[in-house]
Amino acid sequence: MAVEAARRLHDGTVCFVGIGLPSIAANLARRTHAPGCVLVYESGTIGSKPSELPLSIGDGELADTADAVVSVPEMFAYWLQGGRIDVGFLSAAQIDRHGNLNSTVIGDYAHPDVRLPGGGGAPEIALAVSDVFVLLRQSPRAFVERLDFTTSLGDNVRVVVTDLGVLEPREGELTLVAVHPGVDAEQARAATGWSLAVADDLRETVPPTDLELRALRALRTKGHEHG
Amino acid sequence: MADIVTLAEAVHGLVHDGDTVALEGFTHLIPNAAGHELIRQGQRDLTLVRMTPDVVYDQLIGMGAARKLVFSWGGNPGVGSLHRLRDAVERGWPAPLELEEHSHAGMAAAYAAGAAKLPFGVLRGYRGGDLPARTRVATVTCPFTGEELAAVPAQRPDVAVIHAQRADRQGNVQMWGILGVQKEAVLAASRSIVTVEEVVDRLEPHPGAAVLPAWVVDAVAVVPGGAHPSYAHGYYERANAFYVAWDAISRDRERFLAWMRRHVLGTTDVAEYRASLAAEALLV
Repeated sequence: MAVEAARRLHDGTVCFVGIGLPSIAANLARRTHAPGCVLVYESGTIGSKPSELPLSIGDGELADTADAVVSVPEMFAYWLQGGRIDVGFLSAAQIDRHGNLNSTVIGDYAHPDVRLPGGGGAPEIALAVSDVFVLLRQSPRAFVERLDFTTSLGDNVRVVVTDLGVLEPREGELTLVAVHPGVDAEQARAATGWSLAVADDLRETVPPTDLELRALRALRTKGHEHG
Repeated sequence: MADIVTLAEAVHGLVHDGDTVALEGFTHLIPNAAGHELIRQGQRDLTLVRMTPDVVYDQLIGMGAARKLVFSWGGNPGVGSLHRLRDAVERGWPAPLELEEHSHAGMAAAYAAGAAKLPFGVLRGYRGGDLPARTRVATVTCPFTGEELAAVPAQRPDVAVIHAQRADRQGNVQMWGILGVQKEAVLAASRSIVTVEEVVDRLEPHPGAAVLPAWVVDAVAVVPGGAHPSYAHGYYERANAFYVAWDAISRDRERFLAWMRRHVLGTTDVAEYRASLAAEALLV
């Protein structure tokens, strides 16, 4: 998933990075084909170049290696709302066929079955960046017909990378456009809670190269391993 | 003018039951020791405000100090859920917790408006989705362009509490690294407490540092290590292993209460707290 997402970042792409898979993907891109990719963390660090993966979005190394460190109000007002970010990574507990995301609650808002952490930066990231990349493991619980709560809108979602393949919006609906090697469209359909459209030109993703795998292994997390 | 006092004196003098209190810190410089002192002094019915409530808010909520939480992302960063926050929201234990939920951009704008003593903050946000119907947000029309924008009520806490690297003997405060929304929180609040790693004779310039003049701060308390398990840039690193360990400690009500009795209620200050953690190899 991280490799497939990393390949979509280019030299000069300015990306708003959250912790976990997005941070892995963005750092992988920076260490392979896109050394000039600019990593912006919502804690206020712009142009961070961490040598190892941070556990939190505010680790000290992100500030030490940044081109600039700004306050959080400045980050959201001048940099995100100001339209200076190209790509924003989002994840969620649930996604629907339009790329709308739920990271707020499972169940009723007032009496939730599971209270999730909440939207954080997501609602405005989803509105303000040119391209939203979603990274999310595919299962019927996560890929749902109807969200329990809409935290952020899918208007700018350009791609959803899952553990089974890649979905892109076609004619207003997320469509399976690629599967990872060894996965077929039927498996992706079974892991989706709506009737998943499959592209006529369905392709297979290219497996990680040796260079990508080496770079991935070199990115170790301090204190905690991420999937 | 800032008084240099003990943390216990600062909390006793400036925080009262029912206050709206913002302990701010965006991963860095989180005033954990001050949160522990609020718990020791048994403050109740607090409205807690913070963009990113993490372990210290989990502790305050689990110990029954809070009536309401105003926030935009409540989790254990890089680890998962806050189990005490979830227990309060999902099952009302130890008490029901009212939520006022925003986005980060909305909270940041609300603090900035509070610091500027404006009635509301304005942003291009809260469009679509289900959050606007669940929170305090309205629409305003730009008088110049006609654009519709979101308005969030200014955040004006009774008390702001932050941690910083150092202060001088007059109480001027200096902090650097990731500074989150702390400056805005102090300037938005009616009263403020700053805990610092050390007091020095003279504040030497530091790259990227912000200075809060003594006359906007009510109390400064010297609390070395007071951010743990968060970090103080230039002093000590983030205790990532503690955040991971907190997941198991906080998952069970009885284990959580036993932990709090032993390490927070059973200690009187940050030095005893640190010694208590070190005895169980939790001071990592």
